[in-house]
Amino acid sequence: MKMTGAQILCEGLTREGVEVIFGFPGGVVLPLYDTLPHYPQLRHVLVRHEQGAAHAADGYARATGKVGVCLATSGPGATNLVTGIANAYLDSSPMVAITGQVARPLIGKDAFQEIDITGITLPITKHNYLVPDAASMARIVKEAFYLARTGRPGPVLIDVPRDVFVEQAEFHYPNQVKLPGYRPTLKGHPEQVKKAAKLLNEAQQPVLLAGRGIIISGACDELRYLAETAQIPVVTTLLGIGCFPESHALSYGMLGMHGMAYANLAINGADVILAIGMRFDDRATGKVAGFAPRAKIIHVDIDPAEIGKNVRVDIPIVGDARTVLKELNKLAAPAQHMDWVRQLDDWRKEHPSTVIRDCEELLPQYVIRQIYEVTQGRATIVTGVGQNQMWSAQHYFYERPNSLISSGGLGTMGFELPAAMGAKIGRPDEPVWCVAGDGGFQMTIQELATIVQEKAAVKIAIINNGYLGMVRQWQELFYGKRYVATPLTCPDFVRIAEAYCISALRVRQKAEVAPAIEQAMADPGPFLIDFMVAPEENVYPMVPPGASLVELVEDPGKAARVAPDSAKLPVSDM
Amino acid sequence: MAPTRHTIVALVEDKPGVLNRVASLFRRRGFNIESIAVGHSELPQLSRMTIVVDGTVTSVEQVRKQLEKVVEMVKVSDITPDDIVARELALVKIKTTSATRGDIIEIVDIFRANIVDVALDSVTVEVTGDEEKVDSLINLLRNFGIKEIARTGRVAMTRGGTAPLAGE
Repeated sequence: MKMTGAQILCEGLTREGVEVIFGFPGGVVLPLYDTLPHYPQLRHVLVRHEQGAAHAADGYARATGKVGVCLATSGPGATNLVTGIANAYLDSSPMVAITGQVARPLIGKDAFQEIDITGITLPITKHNYLVPDAASMARIVKEAFYLARTGRPGPVLIDVPRDVFVEQAEFHYPNQVKLPGYRPTLKGHPEQVKKAAKLLNEAQQPVLLAGRGIIISGACDELRYLAETAQIPVVTTLLGIGCFPESHALSYGMLGMHGMAYANLAINGADVILAIGMRFDDRATGKVAGFAPRAKIIHVDIDPAEIGKNVRVDIPIVGDARTVLKELNKLAAPAQHMDWVRQLDDWRKEHPSTVIRDCEELLPQYVIRQIYEVTQGRATIVTGVGQNQMWSAQHYFYERPNSLISSGGLGTMGFELPAAMGAKIGRPDEPVWCVAGDGGFQMTIQELATIVQEKAAVKIAIINNGYLGMVRQWQELFYGKRYVATPLTCPDFVRIAEAYCISALRVRQKAEVAPAIEQAMADPGPFLIDFMVAPEENVYPMVPPGASLVELVEDPGKAARVAPDSAKLPVSDM
Repeated sequence: MAPTRHTIVALVEDKPGVLNRVASLFRRRGFNIESIAVGHSELPQLSRMTIVVDGTVTSVEQVRKQLEKVVEMVKVSDITPDDIVARELALVKIKTTSATRGDIIEIVDIFRANIVDVALDSVTVEVTGDEEKVDSLINLLRNFGIKEIARTGRVAMTRGGTAPLAGE
């Protein structure tokens, strides 16, 4: 049966189980938009800026585990997607981005709204395609979704020339892909797994270091089984948060620059670290030379290029986290590690990183904790980047995978609102809170209109300190308190919200926090709360840039420093 | 660890943009490509690349792993430690006069190179061999005045029956 390129694309999307497309129309994609009404199962969400479409698709993908889809026209539409695509690439989010391109005879002529988007996105996509003709469309759509969701997931871009949308071709959707160069290794090498099990069984002070790969591969149960069977403490990366219940006795929180003091001390003291589905990012490891100095490291990752890239690894295992853990669990000997666990619990008592200072001022940490209390830990928290993100990671406690959605690798301010919208559209029955800074919120504030139009009841908490807070914190600590380009004059966010027909409140006092959150939760629609918090509050613990994890600095208002020489703060690039 | 010269061979699907993807990866990971040669392989729809780079063993290993992630990359192998045959072809155009032509022909014969084009004031020499042989011929011919040089860069294969890129 003959179909147009646009129809074949829509047929492919429906066959891949797509339900939502986040997009913005324009000249060359009009043939596709004209076809969309014939596919009512494809819900189109009209964003206000294409960056919002890419972040929304990313948030949707993380909330649902499905491939997120975004759509933009050629030229500026396509380039506006770039930040969102890069964000998905660094955080391994499955995404298919569809862009229009000028008609084939015009390609290379610098035609109106022509840009080489496959060239531009080459280093930030898992793969990309310029569709040469309608006859190739079905195969390309099939491959794109397969690549996006398998192996280490990531974004795939499909660039479609205008005349390919209208060209006719015989429609046949392939049952399988033919990609001779693409064969992700799922099963760990049995000998390596055996060696890893032996090392782990002999360990006295083991730590499980879990990343987002656990969540992506659905290995949370297997991780928990291993932790409980062998009584091994669990530490997670920022993006690994939620893969292991934070209320669990063996959970010691997040490691890294703003990780829990006891998580960093656990890494420092460990004799064996089993790192799974994580990539030893510099924000997680601190100074590499000082990372886990006593530990032998077993590294499990589906991407062979991540193994040995940043830290030395004693036992590398290439494979899918769940598949490898299942094999490992068969060999794991029951153990207690009582002294080690007791040591970690002592550290937890001595360095209570999640305890919030008691004071009159409205502290941002207190706001986050109140959101946790009122939502009973059942919300999906979508954060911006900076202080609001770190406080959200530290002071909300996560029990389920993907209950924290955050831009980890790229650190994209402006991710929060569109990603929260995508998450809410993906999980309409669950409370979704967007935790934003007053800086990042203004980067994608236009999506307030989209959440209203789409009736996406996102609850928004602005942690308003009148600064680009994390940058200000660095200026305070490392640049002699010279606050260059960080103080912000913000608009009246309550009146902004009201202009978009969104109910809103401003909160200045501690006593108002919980009632405001309750009111937001009771409201059936979107809701915004502008929390006017202590302007110069810092995020602690903090591992100064260039320092080892053990050189962390704790809240000076709360506890003594851990390492005596940590006052000498080495400074490196931010 | 000191950087050393590595010879990487790769089998890629013959599709638009593949060379760009490979070259871009080297640039992004901070590698200077010494030479890259691309042509058909023994298999239909697959091209073979020979890439020469300088780098430490660990950094070249990282690039090899990153190359493997290119979807159209079917196989890639660092054959540096293997026993290999490596060859390069060069075309060299040299200024001649009736007085120098005989000397040039003599040198070309010693190197088992060929003269592939003759004009009144120039000859073009084709030479095949490893880089050292090509370099030494060019050095000798420099005395006569070189007008143009075109070199293909290295192509390489392991010696003996093994074929690290073949099989399925």
